[in-house]
Amino acid sequence: MPEKRSIELNLATTGIDDRGAGMRVPLGIGTALAEREPDLGGEHMLINIGPQHPATHGVLRLVVELDGEVVVRVIPHVGYLHSGFEKLGEYRHYNQIIPLTDRMDYLAPMSNNVVLALAVEKLMGIEITERCKVLRVIACEMSRIISHLVWLGTTSIDIGAFTPFLWLFQERERIYNLQEAWTGARLTTSMTRVGGLMADIPDGFEDGLRDFCRTFTKTLDEVDRALTRNAIWCGRTQGIGALTGAEAINYSLSGAMLRASGVAYDVRKDRPYLDYETYDFDVPIGEHGDVYDRYLVRFEETRQAGRIIEQALDRLPDGPINVDDPRVILPPKSAVMNDMESMIFHFKHVMEGVKAPVGEAYMPIESPKGELGYYFVSDGTAKPVRWRVRPPAFINLAALPRMSEGHLLSDLIAINASVDIVMGEVDR
Amino acid sequence: MGVTAEPTAGPGASHIVAPVSPNWVTTRLDFLVNWARSNSLWPMPFGTACCAIEFMAAAASRYDIARFGMERMSFSPRQADVLLCAGRLPFKLAPVIRRIYDQMPQPKWVISMGACASTGGIFDNYAMVQGIDTVVPVDVYVPGCPPRPEGLLYGILLLQKKVRGETLADHAIREERPLDERGLRLSPQLVDELSEPFGNSVHQTRSA
Amino acid sequence: MNPSAAALRAQFDAAITRVTESCGDTIVYVDPTRVREILAWLKDAPEQDYDYLVDITAVEYRDAGLPIDVVYQVFSLRRKAFLRLKAPLDKREPLAIDSVVPIWAGADWMEREVYDMFGITFREHPDLRRILMWETYAEGYPLRKDFPLRGRFSRAEQVRQALGANPEAHYSMEELSIVQAATELPADMRDRLARGERGKIAEPPRGETTDA
Repeated sequence: MPEKRSIELNLATTGIDDRGAGMRVPLGIGTALAEREPDLGGEHMLINIGPQHPATHGVLRLVVELDGEVVVRVIPHVGYLHSGFEKLGEYRHYNQIIPLTDRMDYLAPMSNNVVLALAVEKLMGIEITERCKVLRVIACEMSRIISHLVWLGTTSIDIGAFTPFLWLFQERERIYNLQEAWTGARLTTSMTRVGGLMADIPDGFEDGLRDFCRTFTKTLDEVDRALTRNAIWCGRTQGIGALTGAEAINYSLSGAMLRASGVAYDVRKDRPYLDYETYDFDVPIGEHGDVYDRYLVRFEETRQAGRIIEQALDRLPDGPINVDDPRVILPPKSAVMNDMESMIFHFKHVMEGVKAPVGEAYMPIESPKGELGYYFVSDGTAKPVRWRVRPPAFINLAALPRMSEGHLLSDLIAINASVDIVMGEVDR
Repeated sequence: MGVTAEPTAGPGASHIVAPVSPNWVTTRLDFLVNWARSNSLWPMPFGTACCAIEFMAAAASRYDIARFGMERMSFSPRQADVLLCAGRLPFKLAPVIRRIYDQMPQPKWVISMGACASTGGIFDNYAMVQGIDTVVPVDVYVPGCPPRPEGLLYGILLLQKKVRGETLADHAIREERPLDERGLRLSPQLVDELSEPFGNSVHQTRSA
Repeated sequence: MNPSAAALRAQFDAAITRVTESCGDTIVYVDPTRVREILAWLKDAPEQDYDYLVDITAVEYRDAGLPIDVVYQVFSLRRKAFLRLKAPLDKREPLAIDSVVPIWAGADWMEREVYDMFGITFREHPDLRRILMWETYAEGYPLRKDFPLRGRFSRAEQVRQALGANPEAHYSMEELSIVQAATELPADMRDRLARGERGKIAEPPRGETTDA
């Protein structure tokens, strides 16, 4: 019979301190209870959460060992959305992989498109145009905003507040309108191509985006007023699921999970791409590594994303969006219909794809979930030998057991929400 | 179809005391029951992937499926009417959806939302079920990748129309066939035929 | 060229078989039997300080004669230096390599995925089970080049096997060792589990459900 592990029960309730801020009032009941009533500290239960469950953010299965209400151990099971992306990538040309990428992190589709284009351009040694770079920055930051808005909306639901979800989804609809105007699709955008973009921004896009940046801060302020100093919110999130910086590094966490634990690593600042070093923005770093800090970090990141978008719109240069190399980019249709060489290039592009040189490239970006990296290995043909997606959500989720030991079951739900997983990326 | 003369095999059969031919009372009763059912279909959101996000957008304020009586999401299948499979269904998840479908009480319907749930979508590979209709019976297919919320709402309206066309006297509608002794819902030949690649998928067997 | 490559050559000599560069990244090919020692040195040596494990994956090439490479990508947060290491495994031998979970806890799930997709065993991994496919998945290792895109079995067979894989049967031994579960299981299930069989719980025979 395996021996019961002894755990400290960190039971607490919410209270308000003398400044009116929320605070945790520890109950000291647990160990005293176990000492007074040895029969009650008894056997552990094994319960199964998911894969179909409203609060698991997708098809995630958590098998939880419980001592009463306290989580002793949680064993996550993933793979319920495994779609064979990496295998499919080996059978497609590089441009044909772009629609696949939307479906992985479907909360921030444009950032997936951008990282694929950047990785293939690194592999092929292509320099993109200035306008394309700025537009891709705008796309990445728009994706960051919509991903964090979903995260905040669904985390509020998990912790019990339903209204922010409705407010934030209304803001997302405004970004969806812009995405739809640009690419034709609300969610599965497929907006980049190797060497450029699918299309330039339409008329009215800039004004619409500036308008959005100006007004979405009001909604963020409303949610801020509702949640940040709310006693229930603080009580449910402060001190929950804390990880030290050293542990976070050891678990290879990235994104807000890592920064909330005090580690200042942001791919945009440390391994810059798309000229991010020329933009003026701050990266929030947390202190305690708990759910509350992750909330604050992501909240501030959303505001900073708005700031970056405004700078990008200010500096948006005129010019072509596609690189001027017919071996890489489809030639314009007018040339295809009039010029034999362009027609042959067009034919080869569509039928054979663009061949990459022999080699390999790993390209990381700071996606809203963390460090998203695509690793391509090429053998000189138009289809990759290996396409590896370094999935930040998958790697962040692996730390869930460590974070949830000793917490209550409802805290497990809050911690799971704070990891910001998207199962399409976790399972690929 | 009409009313059968003798009560046939089926879960509801023993409840019928004596068969009646359709008349004003039964049609009014059907109308009332179908009106109530169609305007309060409680969905069981089996949201897996991107379509689930569009489903959430349909449930949010702009598109608002509360207008159709569907805002009460039932995450327990025991209290749900419609299994709304939003997203792709890998093989690992197939027994889960089958179990959830089996746990739902009659009357129940299934909406297959999106291309991946309807036919497997762009994922014609080792991991994906090529259409949930190989696993559960489907009433409405909503195409799209993902379908716009308006597309989903149209699918819901079609389902409501289907529900309004039902009649209590026809037991065959509510008959439930469990998996056969092979462990499949359809014959193996039919599953293979439904899962055959078509369009561009046909050429995606050559790597390099 | 990352100076760590030269430092590795100086420290480990013959275990470093090749150093190349591709698209700006340095790639070091290492002897697979000494992977743990080399990665531990990279993490602990103060001038190297590669404290962040970015990724572990594997690559099988289209040329069947080439070995499968297990790829480790590491990053130093302080020095902002990136390095890729590859350990080639000969396909004619059983595919096995030491696990680096003792060095980085994040390697746990990454190695489980490589095992699931390629069939490479990681020695001394705490819990080497399939992670993306279900545990009794019988078709093989999906990312291998000899595994066809649509799998080995017919679609009907795949659906049948998937539906027969009772999800509740997929509790791992770690989960089932929890006190209550172990003693409450029926005896024949305990015997089957002890023999390592899982996922074959008998369904109740059809037609025995109660009539309404």
